[in-house]
Amino acid sequence: MSNDHTHTHSDHAPILHDEVPCYYEILEISIRELLVEKGLIGPEEIREQIEVLDSRSPALGAKLVARAWVDPEFRKRLLDNGVDAALEMGITSYDDTDFTVLENTDKVHHMIVCTLCSCYPRPILGLPPDWYKSKEYRSRAVREPRAVLAEFGTILPDEIKIVVNDSTANQRYMVLPLRPKGTEHFTEEQLEALVTRDVMIGVKVLHN
Amino acid sequence: MQIVHHNPARFQVGNMASVAVRYPIGHYRVPMYLRGKQVEIIRILGRYINPEEEAFGRNAGSKIWSYLITIPQMKLWPNYMGDENDRLEIEIFEPWLEHLKISNNE
Repeated sequence: MSNDHTHTHSDHAPILHDEVPCYYEILEISIRELLVEKGLIGPEEIREQIEVLDSRSPALGAKLVARAWVDPEFRKRLLDNGVDAALEMGITSYDDTDFTVLENTDKVHHMIVCTLCSCYPRPILGLPPDWYKSKEYRSRAVREPRAVLAEFGTILPDEIKIVVNDSTANQRYMVLPLRPKGTEHFTEEQLEALVTRDVMIGVKVLHN
Repeated sequence: MQIVHHNPARFQVGNMASVAVRYPIGHYRVPMYLRGKQVEIIRILGRYINPEEEAFGRNAGSKIWSYLITIPQMKLWPNYMGDENDRLEIEIFEPWLEHLKISNNE
C-alpha cells in the first residue's frame, strides 16, 4: 500500500464472486447474451426493466389497502378488478398477469402461496421474501396452514375459516386485511403505515 | 370478459368437476395434490394463453378457459388438522377438468 494513501478503510470483508455459476445462471446469461446479440433487446432495455422491478415495494400495496379502507367505492373497484384499480392510483402493471385482491372478513382469512414456483404480485409488492419461495413454505402452507400461521405468530380461532389461495398461472393475489379498530380517525397516510408486506400475503393479521 | 361464441366455457359457476389424473412431464400448472380430486367451480376467470403449450413454443397464441375452483381442505389431505370449513382455492385450465354427473353443493 502506498504511503500517500490517506483515507481510512473500514474493515468489512471484501465482496467476492468466486462461486461457480449454477446451471440456471449460465442458462440465463446465455439466453440474455443471445437476445442482445440478435438485436431483439438491448442492454438499456434490460437495465430499465431491472429499475422498474426495483421501484416496486409493499408501500404500493399499502396505499391500495388504505384507500380501500377509506373509500368504499374504490374498495369495490379494487375487489372487482385489481389491475384497473391499481392503475387509478398510478401503479402500472408490467406483465400480463391478473391482480386479484382477496377480502378478509371477521369470518374468513386468506393466505397466499405459490406451490409450483414463486408467483407473487410483483408490480404491487415488489420481489417476494425468500421464505415465500422456500420449499418449506410452499409445501406446508397448503397442507397445514394453521401450523404455518402459528409459526408466524398468527393464531386464528377455529371460527375463522382459512382459505389458502394457491397461485399457479395468471392470478396474482394480495390480501385486503380487516381495518383495525380504533383507527377511525387515522389519516390515509397513518393507515398506510400500519399495513405490512406479511399482512398482504396473509401470514399476519393487524391487531384489533 | 370478452365473449367468444365459437369456444364457450364448458363449466359454469357451481358445477362440480373432477381434476384429471395425468402425469405429463414439463411445464404443467396443476399441482400433484389436486389431481383426481373433485372440485367446485367458483369463478370463470376468462381465457388465457395455455402456458403448458407456450412453454414449448407451441400454439403460443391459442387461449383456453381458466377457472377458479375450491375444495375443502378435509377432502385434500388425510388427517387435516385445521377446521372443517378451511378451504383451498386455485386456478385451473379447462383441459384438466372433467364433468361430473352431480351438480352444485358437493
